[in-house]
Amino acid sequence: MSLLQIQHVSKRFGGLAALTDVSYSVEKGKILGLIGPNGAGKTTLFNVVNGFYPPTKGEVLFKEERISHLQPYQICKRGVGRTFQVVRPLQRMTVLDNVIASAFLRAKDKAGAERIALDALQFTGLYDDRSLVSKSLPLGKRKKLEIARALATQPEMLLLDESFAGLNPFEQNELIDIIRKVKAKGITIMIIEHHMKVIMSLSDQVVVLNYGEKIAEGTPKEIGNNPLVIEAYLGEAERA
Amino acid sequence: MKKFMPPIILAVLCFLPLVGLSSYAMHILVLVIMWSIIGMGWNLLGGYCGQVSFGHAAFFGMGAYSSGLLYYHFGISGWWGLLVSIPVLTITSLVIGFICLRLRGAYFALATLALGEVLRVTAENLVKFTQGDLGILIKQRTWVEKTWYFYVILLLAAGSFLLVKKVMESKLGYYFVAIREDQDAANSLGINTTLYKTIALCLSGVLTGMAGAFYMNYMGYIDPTTVFPLYDISIVTVMVVMVGGVATYWGPVIGALIMVFLAEVIRSMPKIGAAHQTLFGILLIFIIIFLPNGIVGDFRKITGLFKPRGALK
Repeated sequence: MSLLQIQHVSKRFGGLAALTDVSYSVEKGKILGLIGPNGAGKTTLFNVVNGFYPPTKGEVLFKEERISHLQPYQICKRGVGRTFQVVRPLQRMTVLDNVIASAFLRAKDKAGAERIALDALQFTGLYDDRSLVSKSLPLGKRKKLEIARALATQPEMLLLDESFAGLNPFEQNELIDIIRKVKAKGITIMIIEHHMKVIMSLSDQVVVLNYGEKIAEGTPKEIGNNPLVIEAYLGEAERA
Repeated sequence: MKKFMPPIILAVLCFLPLVGLSSYAMHILVLVIMWSIIGMGWNLLGGYCGQVSFGHAAFFGMGAYSSGLLYYHFGISGWWGLLVSIPVLTITSLVIGFICLRLRGAYFALATLALGEVLRVTAENLVKFTQGDLGILIKQRTWVEKTWYFYVILLLAAGSFLLVKKVMESKLGYYFVAIREDQDAANSLGINTTLYKTIALCLSGVLTGMAGAFYMNYMGYIDPTTVFPLYDISIVTVMVVMVGGVATYWGPVIGALIMVFLAEVIRSMPKIGAAHQTLFGILLIFIIIFLPNGIVGDFRKITGLFKPRGALK
């Protein structure tokens, strides 16, 4: 069953076509990798799914319900959490308070929110850092905090925007483990990533965007051998 | 220790009038407490929720006028204004919020600044309704002595302090701070930012308006330029919180204490008295550069200055 369906989505900013007629769907419980060169429209697509931008054309369905044209907070309430490419923790709050703030979405009272938040921190390995001010965290932990905050809203689907950028190999492996654990909880994931190693080892399905259009879709193996994808990333063979 | 501070301070303040302070000293105390309420109100919106307003005179004036007009048009005690100002200010805040809260950052600040001025000019020109520049005079003040005024405002302040504390420890508080730190992130974490900003504005407006209603009863006379001024109310409100400490419980209280005393001291000085606005401006620049979190927020920095150099490391 497909949890999220993106149907003929186009997004224009004035004369610039950021997305043109993109369609695909994400199966429940799977990880979908979204790749493409810089400026291909990956984050724009996330912003459409997440509700920051209404699509110019087309629709986004989540659990068969139309969510395009809803506000981000409404989409989050329906079960879509997201992280940002540029990490945006609430700087002057402690790690725990950060996660409590988003845990209130599903909690009845503060004690309930704190329980959810502590769970999310344990899950992402930030439990020992819970009383630090978020500003003082190193990048690797801030990326985890982003994920913990999104998880505390108890989503059915998680959108991860370049969670691996700037991490060292050790931190990358830790994060891969966390994402596998998230998947094991039954949460569907759509992930934007530049690290091919990460995408190829995590994804069940890969979608490739280039200049705002979908140029390929398939298993990681199929994508690795697709001439269109190789061309988009490395340029045409004749010119090289 | 920290937990017992509010009741101890409250108890000390309760006994203060019994010491037999002069009428002038009591007046200063009443002003300090009134300003700390306005500061607490501003702090909810500007400090915790991050929506900096330069138009809190609008709320203060609306509160003062809802009290004054009740007395003027219906002949009932101006003290009813304290109650009536709650619905009046809620509606005012909803209207102001609807117009201004779609704006962000500096644009919000500018819009609120304009609204304060709009209300002042409106009050000046609706002569039939507000008496315009003639102002409203309560012919017989409730008490001659300041003591009871002091207790009324003290009760209001204690209530406001408690309200702010309860709000900030609840879900609302977490949401306010989340909105201050990053509106887009808050929005995508399921927080209806427009709704919660509006709630912050209403709470802030009601607290400030109640202080205004008290002012009407306390001073016995208001006119548009005393309750809607840009400088003497709106800007001083921002200064009270900036000096005391943005987003701290005690910041507005400390700020009010300092600002009221400073205003009195500077005004009473020969020659430079007239320049008190200039001196306030210079003070604000110093605070922003050296104590950006205010006296309460940067308290460690201040005590650090007095420690011997070696002790720092």
